[in-house]
Amino acid sequence: MIPAPFEYARPTTVDEALQAIAAGGEDVKVLAGGQSLIPVMRLRLAAPETVVDLGRVTELRGVREDGDALVIGAMTTHSDVLADPLIGRYAPLIAEATATVADRQVRHRGTFGGALVHADPAGDLPAVALALDAEFVIAGTGGRRTVPAREFSVDYLTTAVGEEELLVEVRVPKLDGQWGMRYEKFNRVAQAWSIVAVAAAVRRENGHIAEARIGLTNMGPTPLRAGAVEAALAGAEATPEAIAAAAAHAAEGTEPSSDLNAQADYRQHLATVLTRRAVTAAAGL
Amino acid sequence: MTAVEDRTGAPSPEIGKARKRKEDARLITGRTTWTDNMVLPGMLHLAVVRSPVAHARITNVDVTAAADAPGVVAVFTGADLAEEQGSLPCAWPVTPDMVNPGHPSIAVDRVNHVGEAVAVIVARSKAAAQDAVELVDVDYDGLPVVLDMEEAVEGGADLVHDHLESNTSYHFVFDAGEMGTGSDTEQAFADADVVVSRRLIQQRLIPAFMEPRSVVVQPQGDNYTMWSATQIPHILRVMAAMVTGIPEHKLRVVAPDVGGGFGGKLQVNPEEILCLLIARRLGKPVKWTETRSESLMTAHHGRDQIQYVDIAADREGNVKGLRVRLLADMGAYLRLITPGVPALGAFMYPGIYKFPAYRFECDGVFTNKVPTDAYRGAGRPEATFAIERIMDELAVELGMDPMELRRKNWINADEFPFTTVAGLAYDSGDYETATQQALELLGYDELRAEQQRRRESGDRVQLGIGISTFTEMCGLAPSRVLGSLSFGAGGWEHAAIRMLPTGKVEVVTGSTPHGQGHETAWSQLVADSLGVPFEDIEVLHGDTAISSRGLDTYGSRSLVVGGSAVVKAADKVIAKARKIAAHLLEASEDDLEFSGGRFSVRGTPGAGLGIQEIALAIFAAHDYPEGVEPSIDAEATFDPENFSFPHGTHLCAMEVDTETGFVKIRKYACVDDVGTIVNPLIVEGQVHGGLAQGIAQALYEEAVYDADGNLTTGTFVDYLVPSAADLPHFDTGNTVHTAPGNPIGAKGVGEAGCIASTPAVVNAALDAVRHLGVTDIRMPLTPERVWRAIHAGGDGGDRATAGSNAYGGAQTETTAGGGARSSVSNASSLGGDR
Repeated sequence: MIPAPFEYARPTTVDEALQAIAAGGEDVKVLAGGQSLIPVMRLRLAAPETVVDLGRVTELRGVREDGDALVIGAMTTHSDVLADPLIGRYAPLIAEATATVADRQVRHRGTFGGALVHADPAGDLPAVALALDAEFVIAGTGGRRTVPAREFSVDYLTTAVGEEELLVEVRVPKLDGQWGMRYEKFNRVAQAWSIVAVAAAVRRENGHIAEARIGLTNMGPTPLRAGAVEAALAGAEATPEAIAAAAAHAAEGTEPSSDLNAQADYRQHLATVLTRRAVTAAAGL
Repeated sequence: MTAVEDRTGAPSPEIGKARKRKEDARLITGRTTWTDNMVLPGMLHLAVVRSPVAHARITNVDVTAAADAPGVVAVFTGADLAEEQGSLPCAWPVTPDMVNPGHPSIAVDRVNHVGEAVAVIVARSKAAAQDAVELVDVDYDGLPVVLDMEEAVEGGADLVHDHLESNTSYHFVFDAGEMGTGSDTEQAFADADVVVSRRLIQQRLIPAFMEPRSVVVQPQGDNYTMWSATQIPHILRVMAAMVTGIPEHKLRVVAPDVGGGFGGKLQVNPEEILCLLIARRLGKPVKWTETRSESLMTAHHGRDQIQYVDIAADREGNVKGLRVRLLADMGAYLRLITPGVPALGAFMYPGIYKFPAYRFECDGVFTNKVPTDAYRGAGRPEATFAIERIMDELAVELGMDPMELRRKNWINADEFPFTTVAGLAYDSGDYETATQQALELLGYDELRAEQQRRRESGDRVQLGIGISTFTEMCGLAPSRVLGSLSFGAGGWEHAAIRMLPTGKVEVVTGSTPHGQGHETAWSQLVADSLGVPFEDIEVLHGDTAISSRGLDTYGSRSLVVGGSAVVKAADKVIAKARKIAAHLLEASEDDLEFSGGRFSVRGTPGAGLGIQEIALAIFAAHDYPEGVEPSIDAEATFDPENFSFPHGTHLCAMEVDTETGFVKIRKYACVDDVGTIVNPLIVEGQVHGGLAQGIAQALYEEAVYDADGNLTTGTFVDYLVPSAADLPHFDTGNTVHTAPGNPIGAKGVGEAGCIASTPAVVNAALDAVRHLGVTDIRMPLTPERVWRAIHAGGDGGDRATAGSNAYGGAQTETTAGGGARSSVSNASSLGGDR
């Protein structure tokens, strides 16, 4: 289908982009990779007055190290994320989840930051960012601010990025050494969104789980941390039994939707199974 | 090449050669005349305003704002076209008293399904037309929505068409006892040791062809040319002439290259008629191309039946009777062969088994959904599913091995031809041999052993093996038989061969391809018949001005019927050329031998003439016999005397994750007998595609309507069509028992994989978890359904009808048509995307 008419701006710097957003009128949409925005515009679910295309803002692309953190530019494509050696070393969970995003064509255009700001509850990266305690650097005309992952997701398709702001980069703490990670995604066909998925990062010490960070995908309007599971795992023995007992808490406090793919009770069941599997794999069992 | 061929220098036969398809380069690259690629001077573009409600009176249509929109030339409502639109045709009145409510191309005063056309925008650009869609304001006065067939046939049910007495269109019965093809069914059941009954559900499916439907109509004086992405240009021409009153000889229909159909383009579409009517009104060329959302919502759907199946047997496992009662969802209207699809299945429920008694009843039921019609297999997949599922259930009941039960009851190789209890004369085959090969391909014994190990260890992943031993009636069809079934047309096919002066050959076929590879296969047939190089042959099709007679492509009929017409036409070319050759060689016709494209004179080495040389000689026509026309061109019409009956054994090994309900095909093996194989590559491709589609019914696809009659599987996000990534490797094989009913010996392969695979997959999943108490799982076998069946019993139940939230709930919009807008922007600060 054909999108409704819209104005189009193509800035080359972050400052220009912010100006274009400010000047774009009532309803501005930022185009990153276009893999969700273009379809919703073609379906006329969204009919923005202005589209600000970040495709030429090269400063937003790429991955770099900054002390204890990886800094991932918002416009880094999924395929660039997958190929990046720093991510492979310090945040393999991101690579593992990114590899499950849609198909190869989508991954070549879709971007890391775009997926996070789109905030699709069935999208894979928000829960990963949450599990990794990422920080979101948001630029506005008044300067930059940093938002922790727990505050970034606000509601269904809604983040802390304000109307005249832009996500510019995501800072992810480097995790290596004794950290193990796993993204367990459950869907029906290869290129589909997650019905439920679980991102787990686990640090082992002396046969015990010292710390676990677990993010849940599509268990509510925003990604969630499985806090009860994390608490149960902290200091627990790294055994299948202990992990299973902890994982049984995965659905606590969740309010997943019921749709064609799954009713809420089944999603909650899946969350426990997938959490057990993700933690087991992350713990190296 | 064998040594013998090298010595003689004769080319190896084309039939049997795995040639790559000559048409593929242009089809795959899209550098061809897809209908939507057509651009005509002054062409206007149509966009259709569609009903967002399933059942309502239209109380007002205000087109003022749309008519005033930039680029808009005209807006038509149902009232504007009511006098001239007539009714879309239904060509298959399966019973004399079948009720047909009539099917307007555009709704006039009421809508009966979501997506029904209520207005048409005509604009100078496609974008302008689309922009104006949302400016049409339609007032609807809601009526009760009828969706559930079992409720719809109850007395006092709300009516889809309130001028009719009920929601039942027809009641079709085939009773073998009454027809004299079997004994009394009620008696057989009364006498039986064992009776097993099941209620099986054939979910609603969407054909989901790759190329969307598209129509271009060009008026020229009182002539009209219609290009359409259709399977049936010939039938469409006749039907469109009858509906619109445009005389048939003033209407040319062209199906250019067409990108898939699966039965979904075996239709006279509302939009085809609307394009003709509007082009006639305006005197301008017009184009309509659907969006994918429109396609899923308004192109006809398939299947959607509830099957009540009873099987009777003795304790030893000899089947004694079969009783089938169907509720078949027609949707809101009867389209071209809507009522015939379930009725055609009537003849296939007995499958490959020797039932002494059989009774079939079917009610066609109206609901407020888009009409159903042909979809790959059309009646036969439903029948095959029912019989192959109930045979497994009977085996469980009897404690027998499911293959042993089949073997005990199937028709043996030495019993062909065999007339079944449904009255069909099965032509040839050997079920035992095909089954043996399939078992070996699968590695049956090893997998059974693994299944046992997994059961004993209580493995979280259980393994099952499913069987489907099937046959189908193909090569639609003998015209007299179609007449006896009240079908509105015959089943013959036409072909013509034109010998060009340079010796090149044009083959004109009435069998219109939409992706099957006719150009390649027909070239192979003609290359062998005429002895001319494959490359010297061009196959023409799809244009009623070029291919004047034809009945098009569906029902696995093209090679069997259309290919046979080509071979018959080639025989006539040779016969005509023989007279010319005899004259030019100064020999008796009886002394001529035709081989390798050349006439030679017996006993006179060196004396000979090639058929391509004769083509030039007769073009010049300087020297030819008296009393003979100066042409060796020929045409032929072939009408088979019987159907052909491909068969095969399909085996599926399935892993079921009992924790999540996720099913994964571990291995799939099938051995099909499709008669003579002209091109093994094309046959393999057809089997693969058919398997994908049949497996998709078992595991993935389902058109779901919510309680208000909105299609919630309105995009490919929610209507799941599997890709290669989701399907296993296929181990395929063939046995060859030629079909006696046509000169090629082919049986048809277009639908085999789709018909056979679905029950094999479901039987496999059930076999994996039957020991956990599961007796049925409703298709598609979503992980949730499998999980519920394992852990809560039942068949897995209904799915929640809400579309998934991907794209911000796109399905809401697509079924709401031009109605309520729900912008993502209102609900979020959507700032980017992935």
